[in-house]
Amino acid sequence: MCGIVGLFLKDPSLEPDLGKMLSDMLITMSDRGPDSAGIAIYGQETQNRAKLTLQSEMPARDFTTLAKDLGAEPALDVTLAVNDTHAVLELDENMLAKARAKLQHLRPDVRIMSAGDTIEIYKEVGLPAEVANRFGLQNMSGTHGIGHTRMATESAVTTMGAHPFNTGPDQCLVHNGSLSNHNSLRRKLRREGMAFETDNDTEVGAAYLTWKMQTGSTLGEALQSGLEDLDGFYTFVVGTKDGFGVLRDPIACKPAVLAETDEYVAFGSEYRALVNLPNIEAARVWEPEPATVYFWNH
Amino acid sequence: MMQTFDLEAEGLRALNTALQAQTRETNQTPWQVLNPKGAHAVAVGLDAPIDVQVKGSTGYYCGGMNKQATIRVAGSVGPGAAENMMSGRIIVEGDASQYAGATGHGGMLVIKGNAASRCGISMKGIDIVVHGNIGHMSAFMAQSGTLVVCGDAGDALGDSLYEARLFVRGSVQSLGADCVEKDMRPEHIELLRGLLEAGECDAKPEEFKRYGSARKLYNFDIDNAGDY
Repeated sequence: MCGIVGLFLKDPSLEPDLGKMLSDMLITMSDRGPDSAGIAIYGQETQNRAKLTLQSEMPARDFTTLAKDLGAEPALDVTLAVNDTHAVLELDENMLAKARAKLQHLRPDVRIMSAGDTIEIYKEVGLPAEVANRFGLQNMSGTHGIGHTRMATESAVTTMGAHPFNTGPDQCLVHNGSLSNHNSLRRKLRREGMAFETDNDTEVGAAYLTWKMQTGSTLGEALQSGLEDLDGFYTFVVGTKDGFGVLRDPIACKPAVLAETDEYVAFGSEYRALVNLPNIEAARVWEPEPATVYFWNH
Repeated sequence: MMQTFDLEAEGLRALNTALQAQTRETNQTPWQVLNPKGAHAVAVGLDAPIDVQVKGSTGYYCGGMNKQATIRVAGSVGPGAAENMMSGRIIVEGDASQYAGATGHGGMLVIKGNAASRCGISMKGIDIVVHGNIGHMSAFMAQSGTLVVCGDAGDALGDSLYEARLFVRGSVQSLGADCVEKDMRPEHIELLRGLLEAGECDAKPEEFKRYGSARKLYNFDIDNAGDY
């Protein structure tokens, strides 16, 4: 069991409250996933700038002089905003590859949680309320966001085993369920050059989607081919820079509820997660069909 | 006199304790439950002829194991609504999630919206009337009782069916193993007329098709091995 929540805003006036609404939804799903939690939040884009969300077990050691160390080379104009064990590094989007290489050299223990123009991913072990509080999720604003509360079944309870997983630039995946062919698929994807950090099944699902998109599929096509190639149970919620999608496996035993109004589209593993959203009484609320890709774009 | 219970203020355990404490002779028959807000296990294990109105949507297992009581939900219900119901009536004004009415022994479940997958799975005597559509694997291994669907049915309807009767007005995406279409005889029209009326539905019984068990999988037969 795990819990998923997602909120995609159509009405920009709600953007300052995204973090507040999303954290309320996330905490409601605590009993579906009390061991770890994470969120992906899509904020404002700054022209020609990209973001890396970093994570460290020793943030004081790794982050204190990181901006200076990276900026030692004049071409790298970086800013670093530390947030507990995470930090968001902003830089010129053309310098992304260079910065990643340099980061690996300067701080080999620092993990990259997400990369893109607007995405930031924060995830840690602990109760959803604790995770939301330590990162100040309530105060974050943005256009859309996805949250996950984890009850681990397929791999250890670790920061890197928590969801969301960053699949490609500005893309993320969260999962409720368990994939049964993740070991064979991981071996196949390794041969294709994909890298893995954990034994987690969802990471394989994420890498699969990334691989599909690197080889020419759109996200919709990648999800569609996942219906053939991913064996097991899943309700997936995916985020992109300007979109938000849902896919359930054909058996569809993992729960899912969608709600839509003129102001937002919301996803919850259970209706409970949605009850405090504005004007929910007037929303169209339904259960997404099995094996059907749902997608909304700004 | 109407008893009003604010679930958000008073909590689930207090609600179910109060409802379960009602006896067959109770004179506190009308109840209303405010602010269900998707809570699980609302009004479960009731065993008295009371009338419970739930003013909003609920989560998992609403009205589970119901006996005698009438429960009306002014909203939608999560997975496992009316699971193992013995008698009484449960009316859902909105939609029902998966396995609504599973293993029900008796009584009637009415769903005015759509029901998701596995509706009436392993039903054992309950009558279920769905005004909308139902999802895949509905009435799987259904033993007795009646499932009435005014809309369409999903994949594998009535797979490995025993003696439950299935009536569908719309299309059936596919029939499960050993489930076949059967003739509508006058007694089936009469049965359906009564169920539709009790299910607050104005559909005409003549518009339905009947499905039931071909009874080929009751006992193992090597010639049917591919159908199991």
